[in-house]
Amino acid sequence: MQSQASVAEIRPENYRFLQEHVYSQVGIVLEEDKHYLFECRLAPIVRQLGLNTIDDLCTFLKGNCQTEVGRQVVEAMTTNETYFFRDPAQYEAIRSVLLPRLMEERQQTKKLRFWSAAASTGQEAYSLAMLLIAQGLSDWDVRILGTDFSSQVLERARSGKYQQIEVNRGLPASLLVKHFRQSGTEWQLSEPVRRMVSFETIDLRNSMHGLGPFDLVFCRNVMIYFDAGTKKSILEELHRTMFGGAWLLLGGVETAFGVDEWFERQTVQNATVYVAR
Amino acid sequence: MAKALVVDDSKTIRTILARTLKEIGFEVLEAANGREALEVIEAEKTTVPLILLDWDMPEMNGLDLLKRLRETPEFSSMVVVMVTAQNDLDHIGEALEAGANEYVMKPFTKDVLVGKLELTGIQL
Ligand SMILES: C[S@@+](CC[C@H](N)C(=O)[O-])C[C@H]1O[C@@H](n2cnc3c(N)ncnc32)[C@H](O)[C@@H]1O
Repeated sequence: MQSQASVAEIRPENYRFLQEHVYSQVGIVLEEDKHYLFECRLAPIVRQLGLNTIDDLCTFLKGNCQTEVGRQVVEAMTTNETYFFRDPAQYEAIRSVLLPRLMEERQQTKKLRFWSAAASTGQEAYSLAMLLIAQGLSDWDVRILGTDFSSQVLERARSGKYQQIEVNRGLPASLLVKHFRQSGTEWQLSEPVRRMVSFETIDLRNSMHGLGPFDLVFCRNVMIYFDAGTKKSILEELHRTMFGGAWLLLGGVETAFGVDEWFERQTVQNATVYVAR
Repeated sequence: MAKALVVDDSKTIRTILARTLKEIGFEVLEAANGREALEVIEAEKTTVPLILLDWDMPEMNGLDLLKRLRETPEFSSMVVVMVTAQNDLDHIGEALEAGANEYVMKPFTKDVLVGKLELTGIQL
């Protein structure tokens, strides 16, 4: 059996071309090691155009950058990408430092509120849920809110059903065995995990009035879509939904420009976290 | 350079796995089944910290090799990652029970493999 990487490989010069194309259209810098993503995401466009390979698609794009196809390629490359326990260092920081502190601080109320603010298909919210279950919070009132502006991805998130490729990625095998059941080609997340999480459609550019207060907020890999002004006002709004001293976790590549006014940057083990002032 | 052993009866799979391992800095040894793997391991003693192990193989299958390693004190701390097309919960559970550190279902991508290696905590 062949690994997918060997099936539709992109030549390095075309990979660079695709990176540049995405950057020139939307200013998003795609990481070096995202070949796999380009391959799965572009395959449908290749087929739809009646072409054979991604290299053919690149040749086509070189003459037709500002077209519908050019836009489709950008969209395919940048949206909704997520996986379980993405950025393991942040989860490790939560497990070993942030959560113990929160549990101490909330000893009286035994109530914790989390928010995955660009939840996509739910892996981030569910990873947190599995982590919390492993920490034995059974007599605590714990809830995780997952939001996204795409109701389509949230529908998948709510179903708690994942493909093999999705549970193969980032998810420890022990958690797969513990929290998933197989149904046909899909993997179904168990009820106890799903019960902890609810999903709601929310556009981060709108007012966040009525949300929170939260103890910890993930706002990962979504800031890249906003200009500096929008970013700043979103950070301000996020801050308003959080307890003083609550934690904000951003994506690895998102240098939180303008974050200082509302949050203090800290390094916890190998992770960067932001504490609400 | 740390050594890794790739055990699979498919030459193609061994090549794909070896390529990724070399890229992330391992020196790669190969074996086509459990018995061959055991010979390599015994010859190398404890200098092989990582094994990528297929399940279905002639002569000695992956699970049997895994159990042998876990029973042998000098080899019991080797990191063993199953890389197999036995993609059902029963198999995964059985391998973990027998002492596998992680489990990669075929087909996989480079990201999947590297992510799983990171999960084992092995020095990359
Ligand atoms: C790359 S995913 C990030 C998923 C997850 N946070 C992670 O890091 O793995 C980005 C998500 O942001 C969502 N998104 C983009 N713009 C948004 C907005 N203005 N409001 C809410 N969600 C948005 C997209 O629908 C997509 O699901």
